[in-house]
Amino acid sequence: MINVFKAEWRKLRRPTLFIGTMLASAGLTGLVTSLLFLLIDSPQGNSDRGNVITREVLALPSGLTIGFSNAAGLLGIVALCVFAAQTAQEYTYGTLRNLLVRQPRRLQLLLGKYVSMASFAIVMVTFAAAISMSIAFGLSGKAKVSTDAWVTSDALHEVAKTFGNVLLSVIAFGTVGMILGLLLRSPISAISLGVIWLLIVENILIAVKASLGKWMPGNLITTIATGGSSEVSYTHATSMVAIYLLVSTAIVIMLFKRRDVSN
Amino acid sequence: MVGMSNLAVAVQDLSKEYGDQIAVSHANFEVPLGTVCGFVGPNGSGKTTTIRMLLGLITPTGGTGEILGHSIKHPEKYLSSVGAMIEGPAFYPALTGRENLNVLATLGGYGTDHVHSLLERVGLGDRGNSKYKTYSLGMKQRLGIAAALLPNPKLLILDEPTNGLDPEGIQEIRDLLKSLALEGTTVFVSSHLLSELELISQHLVMLRKGKVLFAGKIEDLFLAQQPFILVKTPNESDLLKIQEIATLAGHKSTIRSGVAHIEGPANWAAELNRAAFTAGITLSQLSPMLPSLEETFFEMTGESE
Repeated sequence: MINVFKAEWRKLRRPTLFIGTMLASAGLTGLVTSLLFLLIDSPQGNSDRGNVITREVLALPSGLTIGFSNAAGLLGIVALCVFAAQTAQEYTYGTLRNLLVRQPRRLQLLLGKYVSMASFAIVMVTFAAAISMSIAFGLSGKAKVSTDAWVTSDALHEVAKTFGNVLLSVIAFGTVGMILGLLLRSPISAISLGVIWLLIVENILIAVKASLGKWMPGNLITTIATGGSSEVSYTHATSMVAIYLLVSTAIVIMLFKRRDVSN
Repeated sequence: MVGMSNLAVAVQDLSKEYGDQIAVSHANFEVPLGTVCGFVGPNGSGKTTTIRMLLGLITPTGGTGEILGHSIKHPEKYLSSVGAMIEGPAFYPALTGRENLNVLATLGGYGTDHVHSLLERVGLGDRGNSKYKTYSLGMKQRLGIAAALLPNPKLLILDEPTNGLDPEGIQEIRDLLKSLALEGTTVFVSSHLLSELELISQHLVMLRKGKVLFAGKIEDLFLAQQPFILVKTPNESDLLKIQEIATLAGHKSTIRSGVAHIEGPANWAAELNRAAFTAGITLSQLSPMLPSLEETFFEMTGESE
């Protein structure tokens, strides 16, 4: 499997993909974090859906990573696009047949690809976290937010916890992308279906009936990043996401193992 | 039947059906080790489906097969010794030719040391660092062949490797395949044109509408070739007299488009010339010919295009 991992990284590290993805994730995280501090006194709010995060909350040990965790959904969309494109392009380019001739054990090929993309997500999330926290420190003075609690062991614990949750959430979004890529075998179809569902369909459904938020995969994955919410507990979110992903992964693995490669 | 240890490929009743459609039907053939075997058939005859079954990409609906002594049900046991280019080259457009080969070399665990020499061997030494999307069709084919050579294969399976190549490129590929065969590599190469393969193949498998029509030594086809003589006369009515001369000498003949086609060896042409002269007939053309292998094959099988 190590050969699959190394081979996949040769594709992932190409400058347009690697630098482009890092810049996109840094840009999105930077924007969310910046707005959190720059709009701190705005009556329209400074967070997701007009929520207000006050100076007092930002000054807590967890305040350093609020911007980062708020950006998790967007980082997740980036991961979904990368995982879906990297998987489905093997069908559209016809390169899957080359890969399977060199690695006929299909499960190993799939697992190696997944692990390499998960490691790509780790790099992306680490970079985004560093950008977000740098911006938080940089803008704290202008926003008059005390940073005393950000350099304590509690803050370090919060950073580790948030990083773990965001990473879990981003990899879960990526897994959704890979599943869609394997099912639809077209990057455009996989990405558009994933993004439309997560950004539009789920939001409409939850707006119509709020209790659906407990069952919508995108909402549950985002909830993992924030460590749970008042509507959905962290345990419920992780359990449901695990069930969804395990079932759908089992289905696509079976399909991938059995399906003829005729393109 | 050749002993199993001497066979690179052996399939028995190999079949693939898609619902009511039969892509390959009860194919039986063998490819001895160390030979160049042409796999010939018109487009849509089932060549690529057969090749995909041999490589474990498609599951057969019937029959069995062995590659290098291993069942095609376990491609992991033999694919490390097999190089393949299936249905044209397929690579990542945004990567260079070299990096594309590096991906496959890394995946197969071969290391990337000999990627440069492979690029040189297929004539891409100076374009290895260009992106694949900038390659011409011929260059893409060459890269596909280089990728197939990555494992230093015992068996090389190439599906229409000369597609898109100019005559010079086709000759280079022929030379490459010949040199690989001399080094001991078994080459199984498909084409829709027998004429492309008859110069380099020792064996042939001919497929049509999913069925194997001929599988064996190319010599068997050569032996079956019936020579003929083309005769033209300034006066077309003299062709009937030429036919009479041929019939009297025991040679079958037909007249097509103002030309007499007479079955017979080249050395009988002199006799025919003398007989025509004696009968007062002037010949404007007297050409001993051999039919192409394709024509011979269709003659043998009673099939027609």
